[in-house]
Amino acid sequence: MNSVGRPTRLEGDPANDFLHPTLTGARGLLQDEALIFELGGWDKTGVDLPHAELDASDLGGLVRTDPIGLPGLSEPEAMRHYVRLSQKNHAIDLALYPLGSCTMKHNPRLNEKAARLAGFADVHPLQPISTVQGALALMDRLAHWLKTLTGMPAVALTPKAGAHGELCGLLCIRAAHEANGEGQRKTVLTPTSAHGTNPATAAFVGYTVQEIAQTPDGRVDLDDLADKLGPHVAAIMVTNPNTCGLFERDVVEIARLTHAVGAYFYCDGANFNAIVGRVRPGDLGVDAMHINLHKTFSTPHGGGGPGAGPVVLSEALAKHAPTPWVVHGLDGFELVERAEGAAESAFGRMCAFHGQMGMFVRAYAYMLSHGADGLRQVAEDAVLNANYLKVLLSAEMSPAFPNGPCMHEALFDDAWLDGTGITTLDFAKAMIDEGFHPMTMYFPLVVHGAMLIEPTETEPKVELDRFANALLQLAKAAKAGDIERFKGAPFHAPLRRLDETQAARKPRLRWTRTETPKLAAE
Amino acid sequence: MRYLPLTPDNRAEMLSTIGVSSIDDLFVDVPPTARRAGLVDLPIHMGELEVERELLELAGRNRSAGQGPFFCGAGAYKHHVPASVDHLIQRSEFLTSYTPYQPEIAQGTLQVLFEFQTQVAALTGMEVANASLYDGSTATAEAVMMASRITRRNTAVLSPGLHPHYAETVQTLAHAVGMDIKRMPLAIDAEAEVLAHIGSDTACVVVQTPNLFGAATDVTKIAAAAQAAGALLIVVTTEAVSFGLLRSPGEMNADIAVAEGQSIGVGLNYGGPYIGLFACREKYVRQAPGRLCGETVDGEGRRGFVLTLSTREQHIRRDKATSNICTNSGLCALAFTIHMSLLGETGLRKLAALNHQAGRRLAQRMSELPGFEVLTPRYFNEIAVRTPVPAEHLVQLLADHGILGGVPVSRLDPDAGMDDVLLLAATELTRPADIEILARAITRLLSQ
Repeated sequence: MNSVGRPTRLEGDPANDFLHPTLTGARGLLQDEALIFELGGWDKTGVDLPHAELDASDLGGLVRTDPIGLPGLSEPEAMRHYVRLSQKNHAIDLALYPLGSCTMKHNPRLNEKAARLAGFADVHPLQPISTVQGALALMDRLAHWLKTLTGMPAVALTPKAGAHGELCGLLCIRAAHEANGEGQRKTVLTPTSAHGTNPATAAFVGYTVQEIAQTPDGRVDLDDLADKLGPHVAAIMVTNPNTCGLFERDVVEIARLTHAVGAYFYCDGANFNAIVGRVRPGDLGVDAMHINLHKTFSTPHGGGGPGAGPVVLSEALAKHAPTPWVVHGLDGFELVERAEGAAESAFGRMCAFHGQMGMFVRAYAYMLSHGADGLRQVAEDAVLNANYLKVLLSAEMSPAFPNGPCMHEALFDDAWLDGTGITTLDFAKAMIDEGFHPMTMYFPLVVHGAMLIEPTETEPKVELDRFANALLQLAKAAKAGDIERFKGAPFHAPLRRLDETQAARKPRLRWTRTETPKLAAE
Repeated sequence: MRYLPLTPDNRAEMLSTIGVSSIDDLFVDVPPTARRAGLVDLPIHMGELEVERELLELAGRNRSAGQGPFFCGAGAYKHHVPASVDHLIQRSEFLTSYTPYQPEIAQGTLQVLFEFQTQVAALTGMEVANASLYDGSTATAEAVMMASRITRRNTAVLSPGLHPHYAETVQTLAHAVGMDIKRMPLAIDAEAEVLAHIGSDTACVVVQTPNLFGAATDVTKIAAAAQAAGALLIVVTTEAVSFGLLRSPGEMNADIAVAEGQSIGVGLNYGGPYIGLFACREKYVRQAPGRLCGETVDGEGRRGFVLTLSTREQHIRRDKATSNICTNSGLCALAFTIHMSLLGETGLRKLAALNHQAGRRLAQRMSELPGFEVLTPRYFNEIAVRTPVPAEHLVQLLADHGILGGVPVSRLDPDAGMDDVLLLAATELTRPADIEILARAITRLLSQ
């Protein structure tokens, strides 16, 4: 039954709309949209530029003569093309987007407006310092908020995403060890439940990765950690709250054990949104932690970035932070751009300029809007919403860690699907038909068929109830043997399940002129 | 709080459903010593108008590029972006979606990425391109790491015309993995020196064109030498509009082409977010960093797109991944793609011609100033100029008079011995009158 009590399917009619393909390939408002290379004109442009006198005689043989291969569209065509494409995306503005660990929360539009002020958006990174005092002041204030919220003495703002922040943190740690004559430390310990970026980053900078076991209640196994710690260990990388959605109860002891052998504690701060305003990582013994501004402080994900990953640092690591950074000078703010003088211990540079300024503006606007009180409420509501869903969904689904509360995300395994023949993937695809984006699937790796659900604080109770009802109905259908609903799903999305194996076997990574466009309309 | 939908009644009801009496019961796993009872020492929440007021005040303390004559380049360029680009990237379905992990409900993002990859491959003249990296500098560092993986060699030769910030970004990462980086003092043209440094241990040679000094360079000779030695040629471009006029990296036999794509659709943003373009020969694609979007079919045989070759990536391969990249620069890739689709080949070529024309006007006028010398022999839209006074001093004087008059080389590399070299860029936004204002201001300021 739908929300007004009408049946959503006629009794005894197995027909799904895919059995009745339309003549054009469109589905109601959804157009079957070709690629720009099939639509555009090779001599068409949507930009009227002034007349140019091209005199390239000075360039000699450097002038490009062959066709480049770029079709153009007029403005109305471009608008239509990209608006039609946009309609094939799920988005947080459409419905709950429960991707655990990814934190899809509302993106306030005030932040978009602020980032587009000419004084931020139209400023060159190498203008004289006297002309960018407002930008430096904003970076300084953002730094102050990040340091205060985390209880850490320093922050490196330049990393361009969370994984880039991890890289920055590990490079600080490496520089500190090298400065202390401890360059022999080549091992990084990380739990089996870690984000893939943790071991990837550690390996990328030349460390060997060793896994730490997990206890049955989803936390770091202290005995195993103690066994593996030693003078060869450079750092541990632990996410807290962890990827099972649980707070590491023994985090203070983890820090103590780590420091006792001379290693550093890198905390993956991807889940800082669960504790912001209530817990300061600095009080837990953390030496370095990146903060995904696009998670905790709601800068938009934009279909895969741009993110921003500032790293807060302990006193021991602060002097190794990468350039550039902002300092207070006699005549206002100054920018330290070179690793010399007071900055001689800086390990280097993460990127060409000063980091993701556009994201800094958005995150700072978000912080100002919430304030100390609102940010604490963010953490509380995020945790409340997750626990509420955990309790509601436990009526049909099996929570991976049923005892005790979760933090900002609720983790389920697939034990409740045993004997149904339906997998986590099938269940996720059926969620699409019900209007929801699936949860994070098969992560963390420590839980079989994992389903990690993160609602965030920006979901109203009515949407949580709607989501829970949909999942409970689906779960009942799964247990009742309504297998077709799952195996064939999605039926109602713009496309049916995509063949990922074929895509990887013989990759087609670009359009080529020789192929015949397969347009249903023609 | 306008962004938090739960009411006090909702919260009470939900706590009761959960079976706890207060929110503190959900934070019991936090060690008692780390539980903070009160608020952190920061201001409390603000209304929209108060936040806007504070940010307007901060923005007002910056001089924006559009406020007057503007000639800064050196890795970031001011170009006009059609209004429709920003409108489209603010569509909720693009702005507020995640990485396309569920392709059936992310075809919008995925098709855009496929278009983006095709455009980038065409622009750079390469066989394949990825779905973007953070920016040009990190893309360069990733390319060097990739070349080391492919060749199993440990040395990279950086051309003296490479942007110093790019070189430092590469060096930072290379140091961590134990690679040896050969860097030479900054120079406008140093082909011979680069050739002399190529050896049997060279994994790659990194050459920028147009380079830091704006010099458009024929890299075919370096490509041949590098490849003869078993090394790869990485071509770096920081001004993507130049692809509309100059021979592409692919035409000059690059193995990997990386670029800063900020010029197309993205804007200055005080240095970020930007967009790294990354393209290479098809045979190397399985060693490439970052996301790749590929074409496939759905259950009914219809064309669709998915993220593919993920077995290179961190979420599958963990410590064996080709890079630690997760998030890239998706929304900037969208802006780039839309702007490029509006331009088309016709528009891009015209835009590039306008830029070159503006560069020629600028060079001509600068060469007329007493004591000034244009140092860049063949350029696209940016030139290096020798100044009769320290360039940093001149730039500050100009800024005090409302002109953003370029970037002194000493700001990027104080040890280069180029205190009297100024980088000046012109684009389609640079009017002849702006150049005249700059020239007259210089004459006036230096005669005082």
